[in-house]
Amino acid sequence: MKKIVLLAAACAFALAPRLSLAAGEVTVGIDNFAFTPAEITVKAGTKVMFVNHDDIPHKVIAQAIKLHSKALDTGDSFSFVFDKPGDVVYFCGLHPMMKGKITVTP
Amino acid sequence: MKHDDDTSLDRRQALKCAAWAGSGLVWTLNGGVPASRLIGSAEAAATGFSFVQISDSHIGFNKPANPNPNATLAEAIGKIGGLPSKPAFMIHTGDITHLSKPNEFDDADQLIGAARLDVHYVPGEHDVIDENNGAAYLARYGKLSQGKGWYSFDHGGAHFVGLVNVYDLKAGGMGNLGAEQLAWLAGDLKPKSASTPIVVFAHIPLWTVAPEWGWGTQDSAEALKLLARFGSVTVLNGHIHQIAQKVEGNMTFHTARSTAFPQPVPGSAPAPGPQLVPADQLRGFLGLSSVRLAHGKQPLAIVDSTLSG
Repeated sequence: MKKIVLLAAACAFALAPRLSLAAGEVTVGIDNFAFTPAEITVKAGTKVMFVNHDDIPHKVIAQAIKLHSKALDTGDSFSFVFDKPGDVVYFCGLHPMMKGKITVTP
Repeated sequence: MKHDDDTSLDRRQALKCAAWAGSGLVWTLNGGVPASRLIGSAEAAATGFSFVQISDSHIGFNKPANPNPNATLAEAIGKIGGLPSKPAFMIHTGDITHLSKPNEFDDADQLIGAARLDVHYVPGEHDVIDENNGAAYLARYGKLSQGKGWYSFDHGGAHFVGLVNVYDLKAGGMGNLGAEQLAWLAGDLKPKSASTPIVVFAHIPLWTVAPEWGWGTQDSAEALKLLARFGSVTVLNGHIHQIAQKVEGNMTFHTARSTAFPQPVPGSAPAPGPQLVPADQLRGFLGLSSVRLAHGKQPLAIVDSTLSG
């Protein structure tokens, strides 16, 4: 089931760089010290899954909405439901030069 | 070239001397940065004391860049045991573990303990990612420290300061010391005379090596201001898994190699991270630093050695 969701998300990324999806699940990869894609647009209620593909742990932090993931080792993932419309900027708590933004639409 | 033989050689003059045999060291100049190596038995004539720095042992890492960091840490400890004169103590500049797990700290303690030296630690960001944000590190190594683990001590007339710059990192920023620690540092340095040699050590470099990779500390200028009045300041860091050096006025900055895996040179790769090198070359990228402090006004001599050398 997870694979199908990932595949669907991957296809959506390929079709639209600034994707806008119905509420569901979207994946943000962490590759080579970068959130990929770094900016996404999702509908309120969307679950976003962050998956670390690096050999080094990373941590997702969005202070404005008090989001603090655990440290994600290689292959670990962390999911969060973005239910409030607005822009959420986030960064890696271990490598703060890594930044991303999620635009949550109503 | 002016070259006085009296003891008032300042750093600039000392660095101008290509060969400075008095302390048993050969200095070479490479792009304005001094590198030094010991001249065999002449080292025995040097006064003062030495200590060793190891860094970034990443116990728990198991990826292709080094599937067995326990073995390479053990080799580094073995090299320390084979040094011609016994170091007074060891400094570990952080990332002891890869994931702050109790068994990783246990393994590191056992391997490092084989050196039978006092070890002064500062945490890397990998040491404070337990569920309680560094409680595991502090419980183990921070009993005599202040705040999140900073402290100072004196040895042989020099003042050593261990700083912590891996907490409360800000979006888009680099390492962070924070106001509380800077206030403590000001108070700690206040009673020290300007002639006291100062050695500062922390995980992330206290000078900006590569901002695009976060290799620097955003409020380090505040700390360096407090250190500016001292005649000899040596700043030792880790984090970047390679040697980088800079001399600025009376301050010498130096980063040590990792004992686990190398990282790319800034600008040579799209991102930092474990660098895969051929297995038979790995030990040429790993190592330790030995620092000798001679009595007098001479700068500290830092000697880097690799596990293969």
